[in-house]
Amino acid sequence: MTATPSFYHQSAPPGLTGIKAWLLTHDHKRLGLMYLGAVFFWFVLAMILGLLLRTELMSQGRTIMGSGMYNSMFTLHGVIMIFLFVIPAIPAIFGNFFLPIQLGTDDVFFPRLNLFSWYLFMFGGLFAIISLFAGDGFPDTGWTFYVPFSVQNSKNVGLTVTAAFILGMSSMLTGLNFVTTFHRMRDKRMGLMQIPLFTWSLYATAWVQILATPVISITFVLVVLERFLSIGLFDPAKGGDPILYQHLFWMYSHPAVYIMILPGMGVISEIIPVFSRKSIFGYKAIVWSSMAIAIAGSLVWAHHMYTSGMSDVSVFVFSLLTFLVAIPSAVKVFSWVATMYKGSIEMTPPLLLALMFIYLFSVGGLTGLVLGAVGTDIHVHDTHFVVSHFHFVMFGGTGFAFFAALHYWWPKMFGIMYSFKAAYVGAVLTCVGFLFHYVPMLILGMQGMPRRYYDYLPQYETGNFLAGFGGYVMCLGIVIMFVNLLRSFRQKVPAPADPWGGTTLEWKIPSPPPVHNFIEKPQIMDFPYDFKGVVEQSQQNDR
Amino acid sequence: MDNQDTGHILSYSQLAVVLVILLALTGVTVGVSYIHMGFFNVPVALAVACLKVTFVLLFFMHLKYEGRVIVLSFLSTITFLIIMIGFTFWDVAFR
Repeated sequence: MTATPSFYHQSAPPGLTGIKAWLLTHDHKRLGLMYLGAVFFWFVLAMILGLLLRTELMSQGRTIMGSGMYNSMFTLHGVIMIFLFVIPAIPAIFGNFFLPIQLGTDDVFFPRLNLFSWYLFMFGGLFAIISLFAGDGFPDTGWTFYVPFSVQNSKNVGLTVTAAFILGMSSMLTGLNFVTTFHRMRDKRMGLMQIPLFTWSLYATAWVQILATPVISITFVLVVLERFLSIGLFDPAKGGDPILYQHLFWMYSHPAVYIMILPGMGVISEIIPVFSRKSIFGYKAIVWSSMAIAIAGSLVWAHHMYTSGMSDVSVFVFSLLTFLVAIPSAVKVFSWVATMYKGSIEMTPPLLLALMFIYLFSVGGLTGLVLGAVGTDIHVHDTHFVVSHFHFVMFGGTGFAFFAALHYWWPKMFGIMYSFKAAYVGAVLTCVGFLFHYVPMLILGMQGMPRRYYDYLPQYETGNFLAGFGGYVMCLGIVIMFVNLLRSFRQKVPAPADPWGGTTLEWKIPSPPPVHNFIEKPQIMDFPYDFKGVVEQSQQNDR
Repeated sequence: MDNQDTGHILSYSQLAVVLVILLALTGVTVGVSYIHMGFFNVPVALAVACLKVTFVLLFFMHLKYEGRVIVLSFLSTITFLIIMIGFTFWDVAFR
């Protein structure tokens, strides 16, 4: 097996060399790595912006920047993190790389469309950069682009929403590719209940991408039309409705939260059973909960709008529906914990990061109930409590799942191992820093500190200082994690085909995989998380 | 995988019949616009438009000949569209 050249040494289509072998590739694995490079750049940039924002807030008054710059910077931080990191990170990188392999096939259904999606992603990012320097500078509207402010202000809103429009198209096409690959390309012997849970989560996500993303695309077009032609869609003086914008925006942006979190949940569902050496608890319940989250999550968008002036009947209904989403989310958390019960747990960096995910995501989920209930939401709406809740879910959830996925699949993607010790140090610092960063924000929010404010009252200074301090610790942890992974390229400790004892198909092929993934026809297991063979092998090795 | 492609090519005559129906329905749309029906003006125009869309989807876009997964996928998109528009109008109705 080791004699088979990896995808790094063979191009698809054949005959391409050098940079062309990357820029014109149809290989889903190369495209996954190309997304990794782009997403990594955006993540680091947005992380630096976030750190600068928190540095500004560490003391009262002006610290390092003026209020105008602050407003543009939190918008830029939000836009980059949401559209260029959290949404594409797991599906575009790990989904592209592993979905076809887990389905026992050699590529996605539309390989050229996959390449086109990557170019759209890069093009959208380029537009975002251009909008920084063109016209009157980057918008200061926040990533939500709420009207009437986004229609009236002089900043470069048009170009920025165009960037988001293009990125949305990239996301939709990736979703379309995944759904089609799921149905048309998977090994004929693989039934629906034999598909790994990561792939199931990508499938559920892909549907949300296809169904919800067009809504935001149209909404952004409407904003541009409103800015340039003053049609009056959102202007009450002309018969428009400003709340209509919020409906349209959240129709996509709330399901987008599930586009962000579902693939992360899929990653955790892969990692927990492997390092517990035990079949996943409630496989079918996890599959159906993914689909239930995708469906129910698309029906709750207006819980962002309780204070907007929406009708009381809608407030009541959307609050009720919001509580329904908690059920499938909790099914997953209970299933992961139950999987570990009486398992033979082996601690590794991916597992540690997965455990951190479960804890942080649970806090995010439970604080979400405070916001889902109308009475408590009105108290903390638009405060730092919301900022903290959101980051517990998006960063404590998706961010940590991304780190876990990176550490879990790194040996398979690059064929090399990394230092566990440095990975543990990085992970622990990131988690401790995270808590120092976001727990004070929960308290600040309860005390009434609004979000997106440049300055604050003296009583909020201690909390803001602590949050800033935590931000620095967290970033230090992230830097250690990334440097450790990058150092593995220099150390070049070779990774075996299956360093963890995994059972899904990616662990049955060489590390890194060959260009067509499978050298011989893959063996499809009756159940993808059957660890009998792995346990027996490990017992034999012990003897 | 779930849907083996069975292949289906519509004859020119079948396509022509659909085209004629669509043109006739366009005529109906124009015709009813001259008749004052009060509240029903918009619902009738929308009903005719929906009928035309159905013909396009079934024959020009081959939905009539597709398997269960494709049909279900399409219906799920329609369902979501109905929910999204319905819930938004519902807010306005009770405001």
